[in-house]
Amino acid sequence: MSQDSYRRHAPGDQPPYLYKEYGSTLRRAPSRPLVFLPHTLSETSGPIFRPDAIGETDHDLTRQHSGEPQGERIIVTGQVLDDNGNAVRNALIEIWQTNAAGRYRHAKDNHSAPLDPNFTGAGRTLTDENGNYRFVSIKPGAYPWRNHHNAWRPAHIHFSLFGPAFCTRLITQMYFPGDPLLPFDPVLQSIPDEKGRARLVAKFDLQATEPDWALGYQFNIVLRGREQTPFEK
Amino acid sequence: MIMELTPTPSQTIGPFFHLCLHSETNLDSLEGEQIQLVCRILDGDGTPVSDALIEIWQADGAGKYGGFGRQWTNEDGRCEFQTVKAGHVNVQIFARGLLKQLFTRIYFDGEASNRSDPVLALVPDDRRETLMARPNPEDLNIWKFEIRLCADSETVFFDV
Repeated sequence: MSQDSYRRHAPGDQPPYLYKEYGSTLRRAPSRPLVFLPHTLSETSGPIFRPDAIGETDHDLTRQHSGEPQGERIIVTGQVLDDNGNAVRNALIEIWQTNAAGRYRHAKDNHSAPLDPNFTGAGRTLTDENGNYRFVSIKPGAYPWRNHHNAWRPAHIHFSLFGPAFCTRLITQMYFPGDPLLPFDPVLQSIPDEKGRARLVAKFDLQATEPDWALGYQFNIVLRGREQTPFEK
Repeated sequence: MIMELTPTPSQTIGPFFHLCLHSETNLDSLEGEQIQLVCRILDGDGTPVSDALIEIWQADGAGKYGGFGRQWTNEDGRCEFQTVKAGHVNVQIFARGLLKQLFTRIYFDGEASNRSDPVLALVPDDRRETLMARPNPEDLNIWKFEIRLCADSETVFFDV
């Protein structure tokens, strides 16, 4: 194996493709074994994004319209690390979410909850030199979906990350601590290991909270890192 | 001793990513033989996957990496990239119903380099053709690549 390879996921770290409790996987999960691909430049290189790709209010979802959106203001902040504990700099993070009522500004969302004229629900930023990022938003709402009888998605924020390589690309979801819907959500429960599921639940963070203004949540993200040689250890 | 942290698990992109993940491309700035690459995704029933995001990463005609593009599939499960021909094109697919992305590669049918490609050599003979884009007989600059998510003729996906 090349010294430049990225570490493979341990069994249980990631959800499977086929998870019958999440009905949409049934017609979309591959049925044949994946072919193991040793890493080459194709996998270990990736696109680079520059700060000029980010607009001034892109990280603040409460300032993208003429008025303020309805809902509980939140700050979501955290650090992006690789699994060796190194900060991931200049990682592009894109987020999207429902409004406070649980409705996406999307033509195909037919939930009866109201739209908010002052909320789009999309943001983007780059991590700084220490891998840190910060978004301002409002707390998204839970919403029903048709996966099974009386199915509700817990409040969540979608996160998309470009790390340093094509193979470190990650799309995931952030959940809120104490949400009673978490144990019933097949999307979150598809992750076999409890430790992995816990990674997706943000922590309430009094330090990140701004008095008289917004509640803070901390959501740290760990991307795959490079394999370490025994010599380095 | 180096600390190893539990990586953050993947979750599905869901059906509403369009409001944030817009199409991006720098593929039109690559040097090389200009082509149109048409991708189409079908599910296990042969139904077009109309809510997928396809991202590609490739080298230019001289083998230098740097070409990135992403597109949404349309109602017909289709999306198109204006790009250049390369030895292969690396592909990631995100969609509702995929709890984590799928990785595959696009090769160009009939290229001599396919015969010595080390990754194609890892793929069983009878499945190699699922990785081939084919030219449109009426316009040889248009290459079509069909992705089948789960079927007898399922595309080869890689453990990356």
